[in-house]
Amino acid sequence: MNRFAELLDRVAFEHSRNGKLRLMADFFRNTPDPDRGWALAAITGALTFRHAKPAIIRQLIAERTDPVLFAMSYDYVGDLSETVALLWPAPDAASVGHNRPPAPTLTEIIELLDETPKADMPVALGSLLDQLDETGRWALLKLITGGLRVGASARLAKTALASLGDLEPNAIEEVWPGLAPPYLDLFAWAEGRAPRPVTSDPAPFHAPMLAHAIEEADLAALDPKDFVAEWKWDGIRVQAVVGHDAEGQRVGRLYSRTGDDISAAFPDVMEALCADAFGDAAIDGELLVVRAGKVDSFGALQQRLNRKKVDVKLVAEYPAHVRAYDLLSEAGEDLRTLTFSERRARLENFIATRRPARFDLSARVAFQSWDDIARYRRDPASAGAGEEAPAIEGLMLKHADSIYTPGRPKGPWWKWKRDPFTVDAVLMYAQRGHGKRSSFYSDYTFGCWREGAQGDELVPVGKAYFGFTDAELKQLDKWVRDHTTNRFGPVREVEANRTIGLVLEIAFEGVQRSTRHKSGVAMRFPRVARIRWDKPSREADRLEALEALIGERKQMSG
Amino acid sequence: MADPILLTPTPAGLYCPAGDFYIDPVRATPRALITHGHADHARAGHGSVLATRQTLDIMALRYGENFCETRQIAKYGEGINVNGVEVTFHPAGHVLGSAQICVCDGKKRIVVSGDYKREQDPTCPPFEPIRCDIFISEATFALPVFRHPDSRREVGKLLSSLALFPERAHLLGAYSLGKAQRMMALVREAGWDKPIWIHGAVEKITDYYIREGVDLGEIRKVTAADRPKLAGEIVLCPPSAIQDLWSRKFPDPVAAFASGWMRVRARARQRGVELPLIVSDHADWDDLCATIRETQCSELWVTHGEADALAHWASTIGLRAKPLHLVGYGDEEEAASDEAAA
Ligand SMILES: [Zn+2]
Ligand SMILES: [Zn+2]
Repeated sequence: MNRFAELLDRVAFEHSRNGKLRLMADFFRNTPDPDRGWALAAITGALTFRHAKPAIIRQLIAERTDPVLFAMSYDYVGDLSETVALLWPAPDAASVGHNRPPAPTLTEIIELLDETPKADMPVALGSLLDQLDETGRWALLKLITGGLRVGASARLAKTALASLGDLEPNAIEEVWPGLAPPYLDLFAWAEGRAPRPVTSDPAPFHAPMLAHAIEEADLAALDPKDFVAEWKWDGIRVQAVVGHDAEGQRVGRLYSRTGDDISAAFPDVMEALCADAFGDAAIDGELLVVRAGKVDSFGALQQRLNRKKVDVKLVAEYPAHVRAYDLLSEAGEDLRTLTFSERRARLENFIATRRPARFDLSARVAFQSWDDIARYRRDPASAGAGEEAPAIEGLMLKHADSIYTPGRPKGPWWKWKRDPFTVDAVLMYAQRGHGKRSSFYSDYTFGCWREGAQGDELVPVGKAYFGFTDAELKQLDKWVRDHTTNRFGPVREVEANRTIGLVLEIAFEGVQRSTRHKSGVAMRFPRVARIRWDKPSREADRLEALEALIGERKQMSG
Repeated sequence: MADPILLTPTPAGLYCPAGDFYIDPVRATPRALITHGHADHARAGHGSVLATRQTLDIMALRYGENFCETRQIAKYGEGINVNGVEVTFHPAGHVLGSAQICVCDGKKRIVVSGDYKREQDPTCPPFEPIRCDIFISEATFALPVFRHPDSRREVGKLLSSLALFPERAHLLGAYSLGKAQRMMALVREAGWDKPIWIHGAVEKITDYYIREGVDLGEIRKVTAADRPKLAGEIVLCPPSAIQDLWSRKFPDPVAAFASGWMRVRARARQRGVELPLIVSDHADWDDLCATIRETQCSELWVTHGEADALAHWASTIGLRAKPLHLVGYGDEEEAASDEAAA
């Protein structure tokens, strides 16, 4: 356990993706089965412990420490698991030394936590904490309180696993949903010692095919006749899969683009998926909120995302819906090796004959030339999108002959997003970046003008940390250093008033109302489009310009 | 007749009326006794200074030969009469030359700890517990969450990172007086035999340690031309340099930082540290408590740091305890970043 804990600790601090990968691969390579499999389960969030809860931890530490010192310590550290891990008194000197048994392994810990009845949990957990070092205690407490966010996603862990041999990360994703910890067969396959594990999952995830972004200039090289166009909807990419298990029971699942099972959060979609009308199939599509027959904004969909518990009222108020654009399998037949046109015909037939509730077909957008496409992109309403136009974020162009290739192959699929909104804002604060950028002020908070008590004042509206070139970063960094008025730790406040101030043209995808921000608005996906060295700060945009865009999806004029 | 006051806290620092001297005063005074060379304890501009030879040398290196009007060397363990008060300097185990100062008027004995640690340190003599009536302790890490791990284990983390990432320079931030040299010595003990590279701000004190006979192996100062070539090397620098323009030219640098503060993850994260090494030149919670017991004092005063927590603990074991909350101490790091900028 202590070694696993060290890995988590190190990965959490490491800034670079490659560094995290190497650390994890090194751990997987040098840790025996089944410990490494349980570690993989822990990192990918595949473990839960029913009886070990934060209340027990508070009780255990209260029995062992002075309440005043605990309160002072917790106040200082600010994190319960970490405070307890650090504060936990070392066992009696008598039990320390060479007679002390070796620290428990991750496997032993997981088995113990699994088998221990609720009433015995305090004692069992206390003895585990006694046997671990500080980092081990920290990791254990994070593990059982569900706070084990280590700065490494499930995807990254699977990529590290793939790097043990010569597998593609997507190959791991393909088999993943059918496997269970400690993944002995998976490690054996990754290391080239055994064949691909047989997945028994009747409703497996299929690694998705993704599109590359395209610009207008690139289109000239493509023949419009080869491509099919569809709207690109502003929802989240999902996969709806239905199959039957060995006992003939229907199994349905809704997966996110990364293969997370999000079924529990969408009972409305699941009801449709598990109805008889829906045969065994895997549909690739976009999850949207549809109200009164019309796709609502991404903001509406967000009401349904990232929720632990399903709120019946929200489900009724924001009904979810899947707009289907591909059929990956049907009645046990893998369709991914067919061409797009062939799959599309199967999909159209599937939707038309089965008429599943909450599913509809992503419409084909007819066009003759790239000029048509450019026009539709500027004004989707004119091309038949009608009232749903605000929920469209561009067009998808798919080669009619493309087979379904997991990953992001270059050529078959393109996405052409509509132009972002832009706003001219004034730089207010800059913060140091991470990793390679840790010596640069690379995270920028910017503001717009609004009327204040003493005339116009700037109010922060967002934060951006990319969109600029390395050369621009150097210029921005220098400007920040030369115009600092105040420092707070890693943050610098810079000159920002009506006479002095740096104007940044910020590109973004939308604006939502937000109660968490002083300005009352939150931007989606803001980035620096241009540095307006030429523009006087007093001519930057006003907050009202952003407020006018709330719920808007059309291109901002000017 | 009431006991005459032997030591009393004043805005300038601890003052002894009978001997007319201050200990580690934070402003210029006619007569100062200095525990050690860190900038928050040893300041320039006093009339006369009494300190160990090494502390006096370090002050001269940092402030120039004219850092005071007259100076006097205190040898460890040798009583010195200052205006009728006997003062004795004892090793504090903190940095080279560091001392506790024992003040005695024949009736009462008070020990001022200065900064101290109990963990073994190859670069300076170990702390000696002195029996006294009043112990005046620092409390930099006086919360029970601060339990420093074995420093050899922490150095092990650095070496395994070097083995895993041989293409990356490992920048190790450490205070330039004491911690930097201790880290070099620890790295040597762990078997690292390549040259150790140092930032210019660490050079003067490191040279001094070497002249004083501390074996640090081959030390090389980093020039601008060296920086891109130092993949897989250890580069010692002041903590602030890790995030400075200076760090940019190294190949994919790993930001390491050796400090007791690294015990708390949020602190490490806030500084953008990737490889926190918990190595401190201050006593941790257990060592503070153990030391206070060893002095057999009946009264504890706490100068700076987490004074309330330590005073609370002392009261639970029956000591009279008072936090002094002296202002101006505990910013060694600030002092170090000033050096880096200079
Ligand atoms: Zn010090
Ligand atoms: Zn100090």
